[in-house]
Amino acid sequence: MPNATPDLTLTALKLTRSFGNQTVIHDVSLRLKRGEVLGLLGHNGAGKSTTMQMLTGCLLPDSGTIEICGIDLLRHPTQAKAHIGYLPETPPLYRELTVRDYLIFAARLRGMQSADVPAALALALQRCGLTDKSKKLIGTLSKGYQQRVGIAQAIIHQPAVIILDEPTVGLDPTQIREIRTLIRELGNRHSVILSTHLLGEVESICDRVEIMQHGKLIYGDTSARMQQYGQVSGFTVSLRNPPALSALQGIIGVTRVEQLTANQFRVLHSTEQNPSAELLTLAAQHGWQLEQLTPLQARLEDVFVKITDEDAATLRPAQGSARTIEGEIK
Amino acid sequence: MIRLLALRELRSLFSMPSTWFVLAVLQFIFAWFFLARLDAFLELQPQLSQVANAPGATASIAAPLFNVIALLLMMLVPMFTMRLIAEERRNQTLTLLLSSPLSGAQIVLGKFAGLMLFLMVLMATTPVMLYTLQLGTPLDNGLLWSNVLGLVLLGACYAALGLYISALTSQPIIAAIGALAVLLGLWLADIGSSAPDSPWHQLSPLNHFQNFNYGLLDSGDAAYFVLFSTVFLLLAMKRLNNNRVYG
Repeated sequence: MPNATPDLTLTALKLTRSFGNQTVIHDVSLRLKRGEVLGLLGHNGAGKSTTMQMLTGCLLPDSGTIEICGIDLLRHPTQAKAHIGYLPETPPLYRELTVRDYLIFAARLRGMQSADVPAALALALQRCGLTDKSKKLIGTLSKGYQQRVGIAQAIIHQPAVIILDEPTVGLDPTQIREIRTLIRELGNRHSVILSTHLLGEVESICDRVEIMQHGKLIYGDTSARMQQYGQVSGFTVSLRNPPALSALQGIIGVTRVEQLTANQFRVLHSTEQNPSAELLTLAAQHGWQLEQLTPLQARLEDVFVKITDEDAATLRPAQGSARTIEGEIK
Repeated sequence: MIRLLALRELRSLFSMPSTWFVLAVLQFIFAWFFLARLDAFLELQPQLSQVANAPGATASIAAPLFNVIALLLMMLVPMFTMRLIAEERRNQTLTLLLSSPLSGAQIVLGKFAGLMLFLMVLMATTPVMLYTLQLGTPLDNGLLWSNVLGLVLLGACYAALGLYISALTSQPIIAAIGALAVLLGLWLADIGSSAPDSPWHQLSPLNHFQNFNYGLLDSGDAAYFVLFSTVFLLLAMKRLNNNRVYG
């Protein structure tokens, strides 16, 4: 790896791609810093895989530029591609080779010197938990292990940019956890882009999220901030002996009260003033017999559905919002 | 890089049982034909000895043997070329090559080199077999090696064509049938056209092999082989690059 690697490992500007007369990617721009894990979220067919194919040089964009570590991917593909590790949707495995031979081939293919290969091989095998499978034929491994070999070939040459297309598909829960830890670990030193439609994955490993819909980036932010997106302040409260609705509405700070069941209410309040303490005192005073008080929490799934629905509802203005996202990243 | 790809190709070929089976059967056929020709030669030898300037052992055993191998190669090479790119595409392993720091030319040349190495392994036993004759009779080395050279060049033509057709599709079997159809078509057009100056003769690779088979090194024939291979290798490179353009 070059010594003076720029902080920005991947820059893609205004990528557009169409198949026939159907435009599948509109004006997508991405920036990725060293030590960052970016999650590309989206429904099936949103254009995640196509974008990744363009970022790895497997597909030429109709317009736009891609730079990997400051090298133009379209003008100097061979130099730029040496800095990429790519795991496509279907892991590109030669079933008739052993894990070891395959990984050596992958490392040499990416231009590693043969003297450096044994150490890299041992590290990749160990990181992906394949050490005891290294002499097995890939074709005889289970789907989960094949997926791990796929990840191993993407990281064996220690690339600056690692691009993983749905890396945890087909793995069992323990393996998923291991792979997520691995990705998180890789994200500390390399840049990682991963596409997924598992929101838990984004929550646990991604620093940043970009949501894709119909070939456009419609939302981009840190994953922590995304969870707060559209969040409302409020709580649900269960009272065994509930008062009239107006009594709850009268509490200072409460903006709205909805009755969910006979004993359960959803209380919304302003962000500045949290009326839960007031409510507790009142409940004790009037014998409302409080059972439960849970703050409302937006789950990532809700946020995702909300964002994609909003976009679907207002298709036109979405392009404007994609621009502002781009501005924000800058 | 080209060497790496070629060796990978060879390794994959030799890890399939079917390759070993085909190799074994071919060696058997070559040996069978060799022995049949040797038998015929020994029977004819008393009569041949009375003819002035009679054909020697090389001309009556080696030349027909090489001719048969040339014909067999036409049907066999498509079976080996079919997998080269079509199967990589079907198994999605082509992505690995396309996302690696390789040019389309390197991918094509690597695969071509791998297959040529394999074809040489396949043909290597033939000269060895023929050299056993040296125990009893002097051999015409010139004729023998012009045949070997011709066969290698012919194999390169077949391999380049098969590689190109394999790059067109993602179904290995279609690549095999396609390449076989083109080669058979060229051969049939060659033997079917009776006029000696018919352009079909010039187009058929097997026809250009005939001079090599007689021990005649014609630069025109050699140029044809080189040109034929180069054109199809270039077309295959173009096709791989189009892969990036059209997806």
